[in-house]
Amino acid sequence: MFDSDVKVVLPDGSTRRLMDYLLPSALLMFGALLLVVSIFLPYWSMTMEAPQYPQGLHVDVYVNRLEGDMREIDALNHYLGMPVLDEGGQLERSISVISIVTLGLLLLAGVFVHNRWAAVLALPAILFPLVFVADLWWILYQYGHSIDPKSALGGAIEPFTPPIVGRGVVAQFATVGQFEIGFYLALAAVGVVLVGLWFHRRAYKPVQDARERMKTAVPTPSS
Amino acid sequence: MTKEWFYQHKLGLLALLVVFLAIGLLASCDRSEEGGGAGQVQDTGLSADANALAQERGFTPDDVYAALKTYMPTGELDPYIMFASGGQGGQVLVIGVPSMRILKVIGVFTPEPWQGYGYGGSSNDVLASGFMDEDHPLLWGDTHHPSISETNGEYDGKFLFINDKANARLAVIDLRDFETKQIIKNPNAINDHGGAFVTPNTEYVIEGPQYAAPIGWEYASLDDYDAKYRGLITFWKFDRVTGRVDESKSFQIELPPYWQDLCDAGKGPSEGWVFCNSFNTELATGGVELGNPPFEAGTTQNDTDYLHIINWKAAEEVYNAGKYDMINGIAVISMQTAVDEGLLYFTPEPKSPHGADVTPGGEYIVVGGKLDPHVTIYSFDKIMKAIEGGGLDTDVYGVPVIPLDASMEAQVELGLGPLHTVFDDKGYAYTSLFLDSAVARWALGGPYADKHPEEGWTLVQKLPVHYNIGHITAAEGDTATPDGLYVVALNKWSIDRFANVGPLLPQNFQLVDVSRTGDQMKLLYDMPIGMAEPHYAQIIKADKLQPFEVYPEIGWNPETMSIHPNAITSPEEARVERDGDTVEIWMSVIRSHFVPERVEIKEGDQVIWHLTNLERTRDATHGFALSGYNINLSLEPGETQTIEFTATQPGTYTFYCTEFCSALHLEMLGYFLVEPKE
Repeated sequence: MFDSDVKVVLPDGSTRRLMDYLLPSALLMFGALLLVVSIFLPYWSMTMEAPQYPQGLHVDVYVNRLEGDMREIDALNHYLGMPVLDEGGQLERSISVISIVTLGLLLLAGVFVHNRWAAVLALPAILFPLVFVADLWWILYQYGHSIDPKSALGGAIEPFTPPIVGRGVVAQFATVGQFEIGFYLALAAVGVVLVGLWFHRRAYKPVQDARERMKTAVPTPSS
Repeated sequence: MTKEWFYQHKLGLLALLVVFLAIGLLASCDRSEEGGGAGQVQDTGLSADANALAQERGFTPDDVYAALKTYMPTGELDPYIMFASGGQGGQVLVIGVPSMRILKVIGVFTPEPWQGYGYGGSSNDVLASGFMDEDHPLLWGDTHHPSISETNGEYDGKFLFINDKANARLAVIDLRDFETKQIIKNPNAINDHGGAFVTPNTEYVIEGPQYAAPIGWEYASLDDYDAKYRGLITFWKFDRVTGRVDESKSFQIELPPYWQDLCDAGKGPSEGWVFCNSFNTELATGGVELGNPPFEAGTTQNDTDYLHIINWKAAEEVYNAGKYDMINGIAVISMQTAVDEGLLYFTPEPKSPHGADVTPGGEYIVVGGKLDPHVTIYSFDKIMKAIEGGGLDTDVYGVPVIPLDASMEAQVELGLGPLHTVFDDKGYAYTSLFLDSAVARWALGGPYADKHPEEGWTLVQKLPVHYNIGHITAAEGDTATPDGLYVVALNKWSIDRFANVGPLLPQNFQLVDVSRTGDQMKLLYDMPIGMAEPHYAQIIKADKLQPFEVYPEIGWNPETMSIHPNAITSPEEARVERDGDTVEIWMSVIRSHFVPERVEIKEGDQVIWHLTNLERTRDATHGFALSGYNINLSLEPGETQTIEFTATQPGTYTFYCTEFCSALHLEMLGYFLVEPKE
């Protein structure tokens, strides 16, 4: 399988399987693909439940846009003097697509960098889900702490932070936050990239070792 | 009673004791067999809890059956929707079947403040289009016969038509939003009855006449009744795209003054024809105070009246060929032309009948005898053969008359006062019996004979109803494929069926289970109608209706079903502009505020006020009531309305939301200040 009769010859003349080098490249490329696909899928969602909304109010958060019942949530939140949902994370959303594509390109670059710097190139993609969650929390915190005390009902509601995962209650509304498929793809990309880096190291460490051996080897007398 | 008395009767007492014990034992055995509790009257076949409840309320097994058939658990939706006329209330009632819950009252000929109908906004124009003229408004109507638009003889659930008997008007209701879009005053008739009925593809909406009058209701002495008074059937051309009747493509046919009554359009083999019964071939003109027979006697002298048989497809060709007179802006085909062109035929029907109902397959026309205990069934095939055969005698107006024995297929004796007939999927017909206060189920013959176990053209069952049934309706019961399951008896009197609410009583709609064959019709439920007296009703499968949940876009004008030119989409666009004495206001409406909240003008200003409800949430309707100016709008989510009035009353007024919209609903108001002239 995979051309087992084809070998990679290292500088010292030793050989390794071709597969050892194809696999880390494929994994890094797959990680990049997962990230790019995730742009088109929701990362997080928020569902508000209340007695008078039998279907609930639902907002899907993509890296670059919101979809769902923002209009109604905004209409309700005006009673608290809160900004419209669409104002949250505008900077992040404006740069998200280009940023994620860049993360993907850095992963692809890792395919061509055959030393430990490959891990540095992959680092942004590995940290990305963490950055997303931290930023989401910050946006939600700011949002929940933007209640205007002079608004119609603002004086009656304490500042709050909607839960990223799980259920929080404000007045008659229960807010249920959960991660969606896009975020899980980004997480999966992290896993794939980490495995890819491990194989990357396993493939290219012997190359470096071979080079070292070549440098330090005592030249054998010609016979 | 002394000790002696007991001793003397000890044997007898002992015997009595034994008898009581025996009875007790038997009774307990009986109960244990039934598995019920103490005090059981009869087994309802339910669980112990439900059984106990049923017994506590004294329910019979039939009651339990009826309850289970009609009860709609909270939050569940009815599978059928009934559109019932609102009678002299001038509305249409929307009712869920089988729960018999009233879902909506649609304002049609009568203003309805709760839906803002006739209290400002475009609905004022709809109502005004049906006035006699500018100086003679009509602010009520007598709705009789609703008719759902049809495609291939099946309800398509797109539009609903209904007539106003009192003033000869027709209304068009769009079933996308259940609102009246058009009222058209018949320019040549002053009352009607044989409408609304649609042709199988809603090419035309038929408005048949009732009491004869000169065309255009010109003054004419009743001494000239035979010569000047006329019946008049109108074929209103309906345009599905605009959702309006097009008067310029509609036509009328002049008829003898015979008081045509109810009509039905043929379908299948009889498509292209329409049938109407009539009940004053005596040409009675009343005058009981002059010593003449009163109408009630004068119109019932002849043994037979005439079933009118009208070829509307041929009439359409005659109209297209220009063989008509324009009278008061509408084409009228004269009686002579109708006879010459073979558009109009008569055949006798037992005296003073009611109803002319076409069977689902279009083969037969059923006419109720009213004063004759039979329904008479006419064969369309025989009618056609008689017409082709020619050589027919005519009535006094020259209309060819097909002899009864040449047109009749069968007669079925049902009982007293047969009026109106509907159909089911099992080959049965259901006829209301007014005098018997009963629903008659009878078996159709011909192609329907093998659908039911009974012999064709026979009475199967008479079910008493309460009381004085007029029309009858069945689930899709006047379409090409009736559903069966339910019949509703539309009773005129309720007498003792409901709590006494004074001398003016509700009507009684009674739901009848017709799901089983034979004599198994069962009465299920009484529904009081506490407003006016509905006449006919139609029942459509609920899933055929696809109304809007909210208007499709913000700024929707329900009158034109498109974006209103003065719609705004955000509060930022709200503004007030003055141009001379005209003040124009663009107002946004959303929970829980109007923008602007202060409108300050001067006495005598002409006010043009555009309001847009910016909501997109189901049921987030706002009202707009303006004190002192007779204005109350209902602004449904997305709706834009314009009101225009002159600020003739100076002073301080408030406007506020009349639909409880939110916790801050009471705070949803504004001030309308009209500064007095110097």
